[in-house]
Amino acid sequence: MNGAEILLENFLQALVAGLLVGAIYGVMCAGLGLIFGVMRVINFAQGDFMMVGMYCSLYVIAGLGLQGLLGPALAPYVGALLAGPALFVGGYLLHRHLISRVTGIRALGAENEGHYAQLILTLGVALVLENGGLIVFGSEPQSIRTPLSSRAWELGPFIGDDVSIFLNQARSYAFLLAVAIGLGLWLLISYSRLGKTLRAAADNPTAAIYMGIDVDRAHRIAFALGTAITAVAGGLVATSYPFQPYVGLDFVIIMYAGVVLGGMGSILGAFWGGMTIGLVQQMSTLVLSPQLQNAAIFAIFLLIVLVRPQGLFGRSTERT
Amino acid sequence: MGRLLRDRALLPIALFAAAYLAVALSVQNSYYQLILTLVPVWGVMGLSWNLFSGYSGLISFGHASFFGLGAYAVTIALVQYDITPWLGIPIGMAVGVLAAIVIGYPTFRLRGHYFALSMLAYPLALLYIFQWLGYQEVPLPMKREHAALYMQFDDHRIYAALALAMMIAAILVSLVVERSRFGMSLLAIKQNEAAAEAAGIDTLKWKIRALMLSGAIAAAAGGFYAVVLLVVTPESVFGMLTSAQALIVTLFGGVGTVWGPVIGASILIPLSEGLQAELGDKLPGIQGVVYGLAIIVIILVAPEGIFWRVRDRLTRGRAVASPPAPVAAAAAVPLPHRALPVRPGDGTILELTGVSKSFGGLRAVQDVSFAVEQGMILGIIGPNGAGKTTLFNVLNGFQRADAGTVTFQGHNLLGRKPNRVCRLGIGRTFQVVRVFQRMSVLQNVVIGAYVAEPDDAAARALARDALVRVGLAGLAEAPAGGLTNKQLRLLELARALAARPKLLLLDETLAGLGRGEIDELLEVLRNLRQDGTTLVIIEHTMHAMVRLADRFLVLDHGRVLASGLPSDVVEDPGVVEAYLGKKWLARARH
Repeated sequence: MNGAEILLENFLQALVAGLLVGAIYGVMCAGLGLIFGVMRVINFAQGDFMMVGMYCSLYVIAGLGLQGLLGPALAPYVGALLAGPALFVGGYLLHRHLISRVTGIRALGAENEGHYAQLILTLGVALVLENGGLIVFGSEPQSIRTPLSSRAWELGPFIGDDVSIFLNQARSYAFLLAVAIGLGLWLLISYSRLGKTLRAAADNPTAAIYMGIDVDRAHRIAFALGTAITAVAGGLVATSYPFQPYVGLDFVIIMYAGVVLGGMGSILGAFWGGMTIGLVQQMSTLVLSPQLQNAAIFAIFLLIVLVRPQGLFGRSTERT
Repeated sequence: MGRLLRDRALLPIALFAAAYLAVALSVQNSYYQLILTLVPVWGVMGLSWNLFSGYSGLISFGHASFFGLGAYAVTIALVQYDITPWLGIPIGMAVGVLAAIVIGYPTFRLRGHYFALSMLAYPLALLYIFQWLGYQEVPLPMKREHAALYMQFDDHRIYAALALAMMIAAILVSLVVERSRFGMSLLAIKQNEAAAEAAGIDTLKWKIRALMLSGAIAAAAGGFYAVVLLVVTPESVFGMLTSAQALIVTLFGGVGTVWGPVIGASILIPLSEGLQAELGDKLPGIQGVVYGLAIIVIILVAPEGIFWRVRDRLTRGRAVASPPAPVAAAAAVPLPHRALPVRPGDGTILELTGVSKSFGGLRAVQDVSFAVEQGMILGIIGPNGAGKTTLFNVLNGFQRADAGTVTFQGHNLLGRKPNRVCRLGIGRTFQVVRVFQRMSVLQNVVIGAYVAEPDDAAARALARDALVRVGLAGLAEAPAGGLTNKQLRLLELARALAARPKLLLLDETLAGLGRGEIDELLEVLRNLRQDGTTLVIIEHTMHAMVRLADRFLVLDHGRVLASGLPSDVVEDPGVVEAYLGKKWLARARH
């Protein structure tokens, strides 16, 4: 096996790893993108919702004895999916009692459309969740183990029996689930009545109110759904990533980067944005030390925002 | 600075400092001494945040960048080069200034959400970089000999006193900024950045300066923090909680005032540190929960912070007592003549050739050419979407033309920023009135006068003069937020006038006014022409324009449809069909 072949193998391996992890990031970003797209609110606490989703998945698996019922291979994925409804309720209540007080119709007339109040309120929620998580869950890193994470399918060998790619089975199943969730969300937003309501409320809240759409309800559903989707993505991440209450910070910038890259406001764009971030992150391992991986994501995020701001200012066209 | 020292505002600061010092010196328990040291440290951090975000309105979630760089500058200087923190802290401040420049220039291109999110990314990236560089946990060495020279004291009360001195210095710096054109410019940016830029304020310059100053102060706080705690980790200085604490103590105490961070730090730091000490082993993270809850409650209950809530309570009785300034009397002030009248034909002041501007497929302005004579009033008319406002935006630099040239008194205008265009002598008003709502009428106009006057007192005089010219002198101290539509239009006019423009661009100044109000405004505008100011005015109410303009220019779908004397233009069949309608023509003939 010569140098070029090693390089090729590493490259292909990183590419595949990027695709697998990218789909999960994509779902994560779609959750944040849904909230931003409909409500125009940047949710600081999204990373922490994901963290709660991870713990929720962990406790659901243990609490319901899913390992025994479904077997160790299937249980983590069912657990991740069950975190969705739980966090949907959580997000719904949080919006109803807290977030709605500084967003939506109430924020329409406020200074800066209430953006600062929203950012700061969700920052407060993030701090409470992170540090409250420390109290409730402890600082010990947890993981959701599945026997699949130590198994892999081998693709290949190609090119003179030397180059082959390994597909981690845990990540592959997570990938398939993530793609299915992304597809489902896309269908929901594009074709269902609910999706149309959400899009109308997003496009022009005032006009939507005049058309008889309950904008506050639309926001509540978008917030809850966005929370749930990110939480499920968290459950999927948890099958191959140890986590603790501060884990949200590792992912929140990934989410922002993906959403910004996809064009703020576009849910499908957010998915592809997350996918791109996953690819870039895995590719960066070819040239950067693992410690700098996250720094690389921040650098890319800044680069995206700084180099292409014109394409990103969705709503800044104001009349003078 | 001299004026500041004789100020009344100094008394509460001196009293506070004396009281704090007395408490700090009388406390023997070393844990309380630490808390009394940390309160000013986070107070300084809050003041730093307030100086930038509080005044300019650009929310920074990344002040940990400066704090952490200051902390590491002091630490590395001491550990690797044996440089005392007495020098290390100034070095750290220099690093903070440098970081502000490096961060500020690219990031200030962004607004709102994007700015806030980008600022968040810097300290988190720095955190990983410092981990990677191998600075996971750096202890500061204890110096046995010449300890004081290395800012190390056995008596921990000295740290509290030093921290207090640092906070007082930061308060004084904030006060100086608050009262100068520096602070006024930041406030103007906070309330309406576009209007500030059009009023001749170099918004980028002031934002960079504010971030530099703020970065230096935050770095000083960080450096001192390292000296006090004697160990630095990337998480403790670059972490999310550091940025959040700066913002939270300020918002909790009150944003946009020096007392906010002081109040916020004095309440929240002892509370969270105390809980951490009492319950830290059982409830780790209780500190963060306290901050989170504090900020949630304050946003819901008193979004501007404790200081303003209390002040509003205390001053409510007084505010009702003073009656609003008489409004009707204001318009009656006679308008003095300022210069020899200039007649049309004294030369061309503004010339456009082939100016075009497209947005994607929409050609908003196509191949527009015209000239404006000195001292004339040119009326640009056209239906909605004709490209009138876009044309103004191109002229004053908000938007870049795709093609063409614009010459103003021999200067090329295209490619200049709005504040530069304003400095050349072109003022403008806006279709949607853009005043600084929270400022008084006079302050609004003073902002405009800064361009023409380097001296602050002279700028105020100029502003009062401009208010007299538009007839708003009686309302000088009224808050701009409470004016009527007509008064707002006059205020914008005065703000533009205060810069002593040679050319004024007026965007639908008459829109939404009643008949009598229009007459008043027309009178003001005619007087301006008498004084020698050239006017270009956009309007789609033809009736008023016929009484005002010397020449007409008709735009339709971005093109010049007709130009010339008003009487000729209104007869032009093309204009009639495209815009006025036949009824109007029939009525005008009778």
